[in-house]
Amino acid sequence: MAEHAIDRSKMKVSDEVAVQITQMNKWYGQFHVLRDVNMTVHKGERIVICGPSGSGKSTLIRCINRLEEHQSGQIIVDGTELTNDLKNIDKVRSEVGMVFQHFNLFPHLTILENCTLAPIWVRKVPKKEAEETAMHFLRKVKIPEQANKYPGQLSGGQQQRVAIARSLCMKPRIMLFDEPTSALDPEMIKEVLDTMIELAEEGMTMLCVTHEMGFAQAVANRVVFMDQGQIVEQNEPREFFNNPQSERTKLFLSQILGH
Amino acid sequence: MQEQLVFVRNQMLPPEAPPPGQKGIARWMRENLFSGPMNSALTLLGLLAVVWLALHVLPWLMHSVWNANSLNECRQIIQDRWGEGATGACWAMVRERWHQYLYGFYPQDMYWRPNLALLLLFAALAPVLFSSLPRKMLWITALYPATGFWLLWGGTIWAPVVAMMGFVVLWLVFTVLQPRLGVPVSAGIGVVAAAVWWMVLQAPMTDALQSLAPLRIRAVDSRDFGGFLLSFVIGVTAISASLPMGILLALGRKSDMLLVRTLSVGFIEFIRGVPLITLLFTASLLLQYFLPPETNFDIILRVIILVTFFAAAYIAEVIRGGLAALPRGQYEAADALGLDYWQAQRLIIMPQALKISIPGIVSSFIGLFKDTTLVAFVGLNDPLKGITQIVRADINWKGIYWEPYIFAGALFFLICFGMSRYSMWLERKLKTDHR
Repeated sequence: MAEHAIDRSKMKVSDEVAVQITQMNKWYGQFHVLRDVNMTVHKGERIVICGPSGSGKSTLIRCINRLEEHQSGQIIVDGTELTNDLKNIDKVRSEVGMVFQHFNLFPHLTILENCTLAPIWVRKVPKKEAEETAMHFLRKVKIPEQANKYPGQLSGGQQQRVAIARSLCMKPRIMLFDEPTSALDPEMIKEVLDTMIELAEEGMTMLCVTHEMGFAQAVANRVVFMDQGQIVEQNEPREFFNNPQSERTKLFLSQILGH
Repeated sequence: MQEQLVFVRNQMLPPEAPPPGQKGIARWMRENLFSGPMNSALTLLGLLAVVWLALHVLPWLMHSVWNANSLNECRQIIQDRWGEGATGACWAMVRERWHQYLYGFYPQDMYWRPNLALLLLFAALAPVLFSSLPRKMLWITALYPATGFWLLWGGTIWAPVVAMMGFVVLWLVFTVLQPRLGVPVSAGIGVVAAAVWWMVLQAPMTDALQSLAPLRIRAVDSRDFGGFLLSFVIGVTAISASLPMGILLALGRKSDMLLVRTLSVGFIEFIRGVPLITLLFTASLLLQYFLPPETNFDIILRVIILVTFFAAAYIAEVIRGGLAALPRGQYEAADALGLDYWQAQRLIIMPQALKISIPGIVSSFIGLFKDTTLVAFVGLNDPLKGITQIVRADINWKGIYWEPYIFAGALFFLICFGMSRYSMWLERKLKTDHR
């Protein structure tokens, strides 16, 4: 992982709660995907969520910005509880950035327009200002020269970096990453991870569903292991990898780190 | 063997020109016309068919007569010139009656009005069709319903002005209420307010303004409209009204709200399940029974409404196809950024869904435009059947058969072909996916 030393000076976990999930349950029809999930995320935390496929880890973070609805329990994001109230949902969504596995850039808009759309329409930022912000974040993810191209003209890694910049333009307090590197060619994974590491260095609260264990070891302050819709084990990364407690965690780690 | 295994390229090869025979007309013919015995045979057969057709049609076209006063005179000229038994086209009819094909029975001394309306139509369409034109031109578009109507039907200018003010009322109500009540409710209230305006205030306001400032031109009755003027009036109005209606129906059909969905599905399936002619008969006869007896609903307006419904149902289904082709990630990304439903639809979903649906939508438009000839069945003078019947009722042109249809067909082809080329241009212009 990262060749350069990671700057930990701003990676501080505060006492302030960013996300509070209590006794949350979710079903897809008859299928019980998330079972009694309890989780507290403090401001400044970098959490990596891992687990076998179908363990509900993507569903969990998608519940945090209500892309999925939970049926029981409570989710409070930045002081706002997620209910059927559309106003609250839109409020939470504008505070929480999300990066998807398949980037989900808007193919009919240029890179710059992708980045300015939500600030202009949701935050009502003047166009000029939104464009300046967008260029700032595009420089940060190191592709300002692509601003006037369309997503289809960029490589996967570049598209994912644009997607990160697009989320950052909304100045979110929390960033969710749903397997951000899983759809990328191996040589492009690093550029995306580097961007995410940089974000972590600035003290962003992050929840990442990922299989990049190197990333987890380098920047996460907590690793959460899920299986069958439940949180099986969580710990700080060194302990988690070197001294896993549950059998399921040991099996999972041996499978992904074993070769 | 061992020294064969290790290989390192020190020099990269430059690209070379393709071998001969990979380009030029010979290759094109071999690939496209004579790629095998079967295809060669088909090519020859096709050529034969073209030659046979040309041999039959060309003499008829070559013998065309442009100057004559009747069909019999035409035939006489052809016989004199090309001998006994020769056939030829008699375009003299078109020369004499072209104005009826274009304007129907619109008073001849006022042809400048439809002409000006057509000119303004181009000015109104241009900024919609070509986004590179200055956006200020959209004002011409916004005012065109009033100006076009007034030029064509005439009467007092205050009728269309007051009618346009109804839209202003709608817009005002919508903008005032929208922040508090959301898009659907405020739009609904706006429509109700506008309807009240049109039904209650339209007539007295018009009369009052007319008596204050009399401004009127001669009125033309709807029954005098005919030919391509009629097709244009119905076609253009129905096309511009059916697209927004089709979008709303497509969204309604995908809505989570049971009532909205049921109504949309019911409307679409009913309209699609019934022939257009049935709807036109409904327009000309049945609506009369349902509406209050003193309302005199213009026949063209009635036809426009039902043709619009008909086209909207088809366009809704075409757009639904476009919506289905969008990946779910687009909705999720729009949601995750905090866009609300209408913003997401307007900025993310519809631009892409409509782009995918362009070929289908334009096909519907072309179909609609050609379907305007069906108004012949409710007694309006469409360019194909209505006008041709009138022409053939004239003793001079009795028995003329091919020429009127070829003439009307050629005009229809020009217009529809234009629409089709525009849609292809638009598709190319909007192509941003670089696949």
